[in-house]
Amino acid sequence: MTECTEKYKWMKVAACVADRPKVQVYKGCEDLTPIPISFPSKGSIGETGDWRTYRPVINQDKCTDCGLCWMYCPEGTIQENQEGMLEVDLRYCKGCGICATSCKAGALTMVRESDLKNAQQKKNGVPLGPCHDV
Amino acid sequence: MVKEPPRPEMRKILTGNYAAAWGARVSNVEVITAFPITPQTTVMEKLSDFVELEGMKAEYIRMESEHSVFAGAVGASIAGARVFTATSGQGLLYATEMAHWTAGTRLPIVVTIASRGIAPPWNIWADFSDVMSMRDTGWMIQFSSTHQEILDSIIMGYKVAEDVDILLPLFIAYGGFVLSHTSRPVTIPDQDAVDKYLPAIPEKGWPHIFLDPDRPMMHGNLINPAGPYMEFRLKIHEAMLNAKSKITAAAEEFKTVFKRDYGDGLVQEYKCEDADLAVMYYGELAKQAEVAVDELREEGYKVGAIKLRTFRPFPTERIQEIAQRIPALGVVDRAMAYGNSTGGPLSSEVLSAIAQGKLGEKCAILPFIAGLGGRDVTVQEQKDQMIQVLNYKESGEIPRDSIASTVWTGLLHGV
Repeated sequence: MTECTEKYKWMKVAACVADRPKVQVYKGCEDLTPIPISFPSKGSIGETGDWRTYRPVINQDKCTDCGLCWMYCPEGTIQENQEGMLEVDLRYCKGCGICATSCKAGALTMVRESDLKNAQQKKNGVPLGPCHDV
Repeated sequence: MVKEPPRPEMRKILTGNYAAAWGARVSNVEVITAFPITPQTTVMEKLSDFVELEGMKAEYIRMESEHSVFAGAVGASIAGARVFTATSGQGLLYATEMAHWTAGTRLPIVVTIASRGIAPPWNIWADFSDVMSMRDTGWMIQFSSTHQEILDSIIMGYKVAEDVDILLPLFIAYGGFVLSHTSRPVTIPDQDAVDKYLPAIPEKGWPHIFLDPDRPMMHGNLINPAGPYMEFRLKIHEAMLNAKSKITAAAEEFKTVFKRDYGDGLVQEYKCEDADLAVMYYGELAKQAEVAVDELREEGYKVGAIKLRTFRPFPTERIQEIAQRIPALGVVDRAMAYGNSTGGPLSSEVLSAIAQGKLGEKCAILPFIAGLGGRDVTVQEQKDQMIQVLNYKESGEIPRDSIASTVWTGLLHGV
């Protein structure tokens, strides 16, 4: 554990996990740490899920819970849920498809987001635009 | 935690490079990243002897190039260690990207530079263009004029660099071969005295931001224009400006403890009290200038010599104060700044300090370029420089053998 010293406010920020603010705010040069730093925090750049073109879909019947997809996901968005099943955090998944490539059981497929959206809209009776297949 | 065993003060005949190695040893450096290049190689070789044969407790890491040397130094320092290395000329240029990284990460690393000319053409002799090309990186830069000063500057260097208000790396430059390979008696200070003077290697927290698995963090993030990139740059500049007083404090305390006087650590004067003119040098020429001054004084001239010890941060106030007292100043560069107003990195900055202080009328400045590529600058050449400043002061005319108002001395066939 590192010591917290008080000469500058930034030293407290950099010293120990317990003293970190939840959100880094600075009001001018004095408050800034000497170098840009940031703390591990979930989704600090925003919900990157809306970057997706393809979405990973896990077929839980085929899934063997081997955890390869969990290990290979570069963003750590595949996690075990309460029931012990692997699921994708769609707020952050960017749809790179590495999980689908790593799955040995064939349980992961990449589905086009717009196909899912179209299917949903069709189900809801929303008329599709002129560019879409009926 | 590394610590050298108690060792009383010693006096040894050392080359400049060996003095640098001893400076690192007594400063209890913990990590040394190493790569050879003429004329600094024997610094690294001596340190490897210390580690392998004499029980110096430092991690000695051979890297595959100077770029890796500096990168390794950054890695070790940000992991929390006192780090030292040395390089020269082309090696320093190879490391340039990492030099910027070091200063931007505010790491208190000390690096000695046995300065050599920049290629092409290949040249391994004393010329400070290599370290001068680092002047905008955010590193502090000091020049050593004697073998003793190399060792002492390393000790003072860590004290200033590791200060929480400063946190900037330091280059200590000295002339390749002229100081690196010649020998003089050097005092290696008492180890207990150094341990009291320098901040102890911390058990837990370093003043600079360092990485610790107990409190994970990321550093050096991408910052877009709306973010505080400009503010981080301002902080480095402010730290540089604050370093001037810390350098002075470190030099004054050094004098009290070790009995060697480096003045205010920034600029030292020799026989300037009643001088009609003075000439400013850096590196070994500043020491040799004392001989030139003494000889001219015997001939009846009232001249003085000024030794610039610290180039970054630039001692603007000191130079302005000197310009108030001394009506004519020669400024001699042993380095090139192609295409700028004088061709010399120091002389153009001196002129800028004079202009900022509105002292152009008070003090006439005559810039010189001499000794590039290790060409010998004799005492006679220095005396000639001093006389040229005197003539300039009296006549107001730039000497005829000059290029764009800068006098080039020692050219093979004149200008």
